[in-house]
Amino acid sequence: MARAVSNQHKTIVTVAAWIVAFLIFFPILYTIITSFKSETEAIAGFNMIPSGTTESYEEVQSQYNYFKPFMNSVILSLGSTLLALLIAVPAAWSMAFSPTRRTKDILMWMLSTKMMPAVAVLFPMYLIFRDLGLLDSRLGLTVMLTMINLPIVVWMLYTYFREIPGEILEAARMDGASLWNEIIHVLTPMAVPGIASTMLLNIILAWNEAFWTIRLTAIEAAPLTAFISSFSSPQGLFWAKLSAASTLAIAPILIMGWFSQKQLVRGLTFGAVK
Amino acid sequence: MATRQTQTLARFMLAPSVIMLLVWMVIPLGITLWFSFQQYNPLNPIRDGFIGFDNYALFYANPAFLQSILNTLILVGSVLAITVIGGIMLALLLDQPMWGQGMVRILVISPFFVMPPVAALVWKNMIMHPGYGVFADISRFFGLQPVDWFAQYPLFSIILIVAWQWLPFATLILLTSLQSLDGEQKEAAEMDGAGFVSRFIYLILPHLARGITVVILIQTIFLLAVYAEILVTTNGGPGYASTNLPFLVYQKASLEFKIGQASAGGIIAVILANIVAIFLMRAVGKNLDK
Repeated sequence: MARAVSNQHKTIVTVAAWIVAFLIFFPILYTIITSFKSETEAIAGFNMIPSGTTESYEEVQSQYNYFKPFMNSVILSLGSTLLALLIAVPAAWSMAFSPTRRTKDILMWMLSTKMMPAVAVLFPMYLIFRDLGLLDSRLGLTVMLTMINLPIVVWMLYTYFREIPGEILEAARMDGASLWNEIIHVLTPMAVPGIASTMLLNIILAWNEAFWTIRLTAIEAAPLTAFISSFSSPQGLFWAKLSAASTLAIAPILIMGWFSQKQLVRGLTFGAVK
Repeated sequence: MATRQTQTLARFMLAPSVIMLLVWMVIPLGITLWFSFQQYNPLNPIRDGFIGFDNYALFYANPAFLQSILNTLILVGSVLAITVIGGIMLALLLDQPMWGQGMVRILVISPFFVMPPVAALVWKNMIMHPGYGVFADISRFFGLQPVDWFAQYPLFSIILIVAWQWLPFATLILLTSLQSLDGEQKEAAEMDGAGFVSRFIYLILPHLARGITVVILIQTIFLLAVYAEILVTTNGGPGYASTNLPFLVYQKASLEFKIGQASAGGIIAVILANIVAIFLMRAVGKNLDK
């Protein structure tokens, strides 16, 4: 009897959860469906079954040279992530393993830099970028995205590194391992999962950053955020093409996101919720 | 353990991050602060020069300023209310045993990974378009007049889009927090005959308090800076109906070239963000001491 009740409960919960999940996911689903419609189909009223044409995908590439902003997004998000890791790994490392009285203050201060509203420094950044010749350049934007996400990267790495037990280091040292050996053979293998998670989250954040990527680029360095924004101009309705471009723009990150749910919680709450 | 040598090494390892962040923060903010006391207009440079607090006064006298602050607060407050309440309900639902839980979770968190311009344009065109959107189709199905969402309810439309983007975040954090609730405690409460309502008020809600605090604070930081969603949908209009503070500052700087006023607005935005930041730091800082 109890079994039947709990099974009934489970059925109700399942149905309710799937309905809610469908409604929340619907805009994404409908975008994917619309991307396989022709332009006339796309505005012909609600229809969940597309004709399955891939003409929108072909036109997005042939008319708008989609590959270029896509590659810019790849270069910017990967580049800024690697650069941020290069700077942040040593910092997080030193704070986790040789903490001083000021470590906590430094961490809090780093977090506070993340809270500066971007728009407050829009004009100075524009001037600096202009004078250094970095406007609409991949290099400039890579540095920008690196700096924006650096606090999160340091924080995330710090929370991971802090969980590596210090005794292991001491044991290695007692066995006569040099500092270099200690880093390569003892610490690195234990740190890799944390570094990988940090990397994943940072790529997602950099890929979706939509203030500086729009304001500091024009054509050459424009990533997908800027490219898609250009579809907002009201010259005709190209929904199938917009959908195809959008589907391609969100697909890689959506898949990465699905695999990084846990890390996302930890990274975005600065370790406050695990 | 920490010898003097490793201490020095540690400082060297920390230095690049600290110096870069310091430079990156101090120089641009300093320039903004300087410009906020200047008359500076690249299109009309004759009157450029120091003008004290006039920019702040001008920005304040601009009717758009008060409205943009009000819009910012409404946007942040509404999205927070929707996502926190919705997030708690969703987390409670997803925490129950069900078939296909993993898949449901994936579907629910997906909107968070959609870049803001895509989210905004998909909602604007495919869902809320007065002629061909899904909402219009539904209205016509029931024999109602379709609503022109972005013209009639511009701020509400943007709130809807932003809430859709952030609901998954709140749900995910609160679900994680919920799952760390001690199972024995729950069972004990059930054995004592506590109904769902009293279990929710006396056990679940206090346990979620920390998660809710974190959700509110982190979302506030991002919600105070909403930009792309407004740019690609209403462009701040009609009039200033959907202009928030960041968007007003952007308009002053990039469209009207009133750099001084924009800088004053930027400084106000910094102050606003800092008020929130102080609370967030406290909440996160507590965790560091453990």
